[in-house]
Amino acid sequence: MAHQSYEDQKKLVFYGLKLLGIITVVEVVFALFAKGHIIPSVTFGKDGGFGQAIYMLTMIGASMYKAYFIIFFFMHMAHEVRGLVLTVLMPTTLLIWAIIAFFQEGGQWGAAREQIKEKNEEVVQPAPSGKPTGYLLPATMKG
Amino acid sequence: MAEPSVSHAHETHEHGNDDQLWDGGQPPMKASYGKLMMWYFLVSDAFTFAGFLIAYGTIRFSMPTWPEPDYVFASFPFVKAHWPLVFVTFMTFVLIFSSVTMVRAVQEGHRENKRGVVFWMFLTILGGATFLGSQAYEWTVLIKYENVSVNRNPFGRHIADGVMVDVNGKEVMENGAPQAVKKNDSYLLHGHEHNGKIELEEKYVRYTSGAYAGQTHKIEEGPKAFGALFFFITGFHGFHVFSGVVFLLIIMVNAMSGLYAARRNGYEMVEKIGLYWHFVDLVWVFVFLVFYLL
Repeated sequence: MAHQSYEDQKKLVFYGLKLLGIITVVEVVFALFAKGHIIPSVTFGKDGGFGQAIYMLTMIGASMYKAYFIIFFFMHMAHEVRGLVLTVLMPTTLLIWAIIAFFQEGGQWGAAREQIKEKNEEVVQPAPSGKPTGYLLPATMKG
Repeated sequence: MAEPSVSHAHETHEHGNDDQLWDGGQPPMKASYGKLMMWYFLVSDAFTFAGFLIAYGTIRFSMPTWPEPDYVFASFPFVKAHWPLVFVTFMTFVLIFSSVTMVRAVQEGHRENKRGVVFWMFLTILGGATFLGSQAYEWTVLIKYENVSVNRNPFGRHIADGVMVDVNGKEVMENGAPQAVKKNDSYLLHGHEHNGKIELEEKYVRYTSGAYAGQTHKIEEGPKAFGALFFFITGFHGFHVFSGVVFLLIIMVNAMSGLYAARRNGYEMVEKIGLYWHFVDLVWVFVFLVFYLL
């Protein structure tokens, strides 16, 4: 921080306060709007489809920007040498695959649970009488 | 975070020759030992939190329904009405403010201004304590009044359209019309104490759409994992805030005593606890995202 004047530093702090505050307020108002708390008929934030995907991506993007600002300016990452920045930030890219893999896995658990439920509720028709099927039968009764 | 000795001076700006690189001379990556190790501790802590939050996402993805955050988190002190997300927004602002006062404390430390450091650190501690108090309120509402626990979750959402019926299958009337529910509508099963145990009310719904159309079902609890995930993750974050407040207090008292002024290293200890404190705010950004916004 040596190359920044004290006044500049103070300005950055209050800029940060305004920025984080405004993003948070916008996020919350957008969340309430998208989930029908402001206009009851607008509920794209929980429609389980394209609208919700857009809503979620917007929220994730805004949060990532807040995270970037906190790390680079409040924690002074912007003033550290490149090596330090890389050793801290590069490991976190491993999380990208963790998120993809685990969410895929979670979806599979859900599908499996759904299938078990379906199978449990399935009504099995008894085999037509007189003509049993299966492997343990005399050869003459096959077919 | 304890320094081995007071004489372990801050020599970031001096450039010794290569012989001194690992001998307490020129620090690698132009960061002191303490600061570097704080960064790497934070990296490991970030992975712990990421593991928790990814577990939350995984379990949520595996469930057909999930409680709606703006329905669950709608209480506000002294207010009877539902104010969705307002209180957690307040909590977020408390953390943002305390982060800002922390940056100011670090800046005053660089100027070797003891009074400034102590003043801004004090405000930071107040912010941390306010956040903890707010979290205590939030938990109290959930545990005591809404009966959420690590293995019980009265919050859920309807899986299909239907009408509310009583135990005999008779429609429940509301303002002269049968009380209808829509798919994805949220509900909270109120609890009452019975023989010292909390029992949730029994409500029934006759579905008019979906795979169960025409059938009457008892309204079940929502996904059980919700309570455990919420209390463990926000609790783990709250524990970080609590330890942060304790360390901030210790460091503020040390700063008052003149310990860091004697070290003449620009109050590096304040800078290190500052990194930790900003990290706690950073984690809250993501906890806020996954628990309250998504």
